[in-house]
Amino acid sequence: MLTPVHHILGLTTIVRERLLPISGNVVVRVQQKVAAGDVVAETRWAREHTLLDVARTLKISTVAADALIKCQIGDRIKAGTEIASGKGMFPRRVTAPRDGRVVAVGGGQVLMEVGEAKMELRAGLPGVVTEVIPERGVVIQASGGLVQGVWGNGRIDAGSLVNLMEGPDTVLVPGRVDVSMRGSVILGGIIKSVETLQALAELPARGLIASSMPPTLLPKSREMKFPIMLTDGFGSIPMNSAAYKLLSTNTKREIALNAESYDRYTGTRPEVFIPLPVSSEPPLAVDVQALAPGVQVRMRRPPAMGMLGSIVSIKPGLTALPSGVRAPAAEVKLENDETVIVPLVNMEVVG
Amino acid sequence: MPTSLVTGNSLLAIDVGASSTRAVLFDVIEGEYRFVASGVAPSTAEAPFKDVSEGARNAIQSLQTIMQKTLLDATRSLIVPSQPDGSGVDSLVVTISAGPAVKAIVVGLLKDVSLDSARRLTETVYTRVVDTLSLGDTRKPQQQIDSILRARPDMVIIAGGTDGGASRSLQKLLDPIGLASYLLPEEKRPAVLFAGNAKMSTEVQSLVGSFASSVHFSHNIRPSLDVEDIDPAELELAQMFINIRKKQLRGLDVLNLWAGGHTLPTSYATGRMVRFLAEIYGSKKGLLSVDLSASSSVIAAGFKKKSVVKAFPQFGVGENLTGLLSHTTLEDIMRWCPLDVPPSVILDYLYQKALYPSVIAATPEDLAISHSVAKQALYLAMQAAQRDFPKDAAFIKPNLTPLFDPIIAGGSALNDASKPGRSLLLLLDAVQPVGISTIILDQNSLMPMLGAAASQNNILPVQVLESGAFLSAGTVVSPVVAAKYGQSILKAKVTYDTGTEASVDLKYGFLETLPLAAGEGAHITIQVGRGVNIGLGPGRGVKNMPIAGGALGVIFDGRGRPLDLPADPVRRRELIKKWNWALGGG
Repeated sequence: MLTPVHHILGLTTIVRERLLPISGNVVVRVQQKVAAGDVVAETRWAREHTLLDVARTLKISTVAADALIKCQIGDRIKAGTEIASGKGMFPRRVTAPRDGRVVAVGGGQVLMEVGEAKMELRAGLPGVVTEVIPERGVVIQASGGLVQGVWGNGRIDAGSLVNLMEGPDTVLVPGRVDVSMRGSVILGGIIKSVETLQALAELPARGLIASSMPPTLLPKSREMKFPIMLTDGFGSIPMNSAAYKLLSTNTKREIALNAESYDRYTGTRPEVFIPLPVSSEPPLAVDVQALAPGVQVRMRRPPAMGMLGSIVSIKPGLTALPSGVRAPAAEVKLENDETVIVPLVNMEVVG
Repeated sequence: MPTSLVTGNSLLAIDVGASSTRAVLFDVIEGEYRFVASGVAPSTAEAPFKDVSEGARNAIQSLQTIMQKTLLDATRSLIVPSQPDGSGVDSLVVTISAGPAVKAIVVGLLKDVSLDSARRLTETVYTRVVDTLSLGDTRKPQQQIDSILRARPDMVIIAGGTDGGASRSLQKLLDPIGLASYLLPEEKRPAVLFAGNAKMSTEVQSLVGSFASSVHFSHNIRPSLDVEDIDPAELELAQMFINIRKKQLRGLDVLNLWAGGHTLPTSYATGRMVRFLAEIYGSKKGLLSVDLSASSSVIAAGFKKKSVVKAFPQFGVGENLTGLLSHTTLEDIMRWCPLDVPPSVILDYLYQKALYPSVIAATPEDLAISHSVAKQALYLAMQAAQRDFPKDAAFIKPNLTPLFDPIIAGGSALNDASKPGRSLLLLLDAVQPVGISTIILDQNSLMPMLGAAASQNNILPVQVLESGAFLSAGTVVSPVVAAKYGQSILKAKVTYDTGTEASVDLKYGFLETLPLAAGEGAHITIQVGRGVNIGLGPGRGVKNMPIAGGALGVIFDGRGRPLDLPADPVRRRELIKKWNWALGGG
């Protein structure tokens, strides 16, 4: 059975597509080196629209109104600009209420885009642009360490990694955070309180890599201006040993934290990238792998949720589990040498 | 051109679910259609696979291995029609529930009339209503436009205007839709279904036609204020849904090609099967199908004159679980749980399960939690569906579930249970049937597949149904009564065809069973106390009524309706454990 691979790799080559949600301009070129925070594409989009009903305001027919409208699609107009004016000694006037761009004219009405905002797409990781997708974005390739997460708050940043964990099950408390960590990405273990998030925001931190947090903290996490990534899930789950080992041995390195939201259909995941110098390009990370003896897996539900282990054997047919449910299963030797029977659907390959 | 299934013999059905893809073979054996075998594989709609045909091929391959029959060629394409060497199948049908809920905007003139009808139509497939527009909408047109642009709908369902009625009001509602669609990038424009005043069709085409990805027209679903006729529009919507899915999910076009266009949303296909069965086996009672899976809860009910199908992605037990708390509370989920766990455990479960929708419960504790969540999701789906059941359905009391017989239960969440007793208790708690009902477990998810095949080959579903492809859980007797815990409410005697007898004195608050294996013949006599109603009127019992057996025999649910769980959590947990044991669920 082929199963998706959750990447926790000391050294690999990754290729990431970075795309704008709407068309815009790509501002980098092929073979250009980019840093995680560099803008690779940008666009403008209007957050609001305003509909000016010229016919109704001037109390004339839509056909007559169309003849009086002075602007055209695409015109950029300032607030107060006259859109149309009636006839007579004291004619009624229709003016633009705000700065904006005309996007539709007809039926005696004018539709304007207003409140235009600039949208910038950042590289998300340091690497080389290998492809430009016109008007949409780029493909970036890089080599280094990679730790994927399961939840992200949608933000991106980079900084020096500071380790505040003493072990995989460390709970990060506000008292551990001090001003020397300003501008760093914090490796923080389990988060249990909103005060911890606030302490990091006050620094401010450049990012937080946590193993888990209660779902009640997610709204606050989304409000944070710095990226937050969870490596293992929700509640109080210790960090899996592979992620902990890789991250804790890379403290003080500059890392890129792209905490983009997990999307099961597109495959985007939050991830930490640790740029490393390489003499030759390491192999690309594989996305799927068959479950087989010797393969390293992570348990996604109890028993041993969050723990890593190695498949000893795949059981033939269906296996009766302690819950009574019968399902295809495997015997897995956990890191603590305990052996458990785990349904195949409850494990994911880590590597 | 769709393949004719009538002339074919073997039929392969593929159901692409959120977690699993199932391939089921039906073939003619000794002159009648039979369910032959099924193969299952994990679904591959999601990354990194992003190709639903891969999961379908794997499921077919699993079926090949089970049957020792070649179905795929060297390029892993389905061999259709079957070949002289015995390889392949004669025809294929596909049903699909995988994929994110399709975002829909519902438009109607009046909130309680056409807007309600449009919402009911929209709920027949896997949708999430992201906005509604009606004459009662107090937003300015530009606010409506901005809202549509933010929502980025996949489809817009428009109803309104009685046949021959006014059209200007509807035009006012169409303007913001046309403008917003015009502003969206071409590849993001919604498909539009107009099911309103037929005279408006030309206007709809001119106002939104050139800015929609496609425009579809169907029969007016609200031809007059007091008449609703959704059925003809359901098929049009189902086809629209499949077209949207083809754009969203790679590989569906391949499966659709193999199937000669016979691809349907799983919910629609289930609804069609329920309608078909209600017509064939029509009785005063309704026929109910409930399906609980990772992608959604689907409730389909067939009544004498009307059928209702509802797909609720928000009540699925997979990726949408994090949204369940917008519809319920942790306390309401915990009331079903036999374990003494803090609410945070349930909350963590919802979020963790949403991350990994395909996981199953491997420990007894995890099973107890997952069943509590499943019960509440299905309970909410039933409550929501019931609002649209016809008022003339056979009710004992208007606030209770109408009389249904049979009740067919399917979906991974109901069939995940290790023992039929667990599935049955989940069903009894969530659906709360009343009167006398036969409970059938659809362990191979055949209902939608038969529904998909039904329009092409109406013999196949009937013959497969009667061939024992479903697992009968037994007959449930659920009296409606108000009594004190432990008070005797019903006495029943089962007389087996062998001449032996068994009896039960059912007390309020208890679940009891009497053995009666599937296929075994028996008659039941029930005496009820005053005020006790088993669907025949207060105080009326039955004498020597033939009764169907099943894996759990005859089940007597004396817990009252609506099920009133004790407020004291310790006592409640004790009772839930007792009820589990009573049905052999452990």
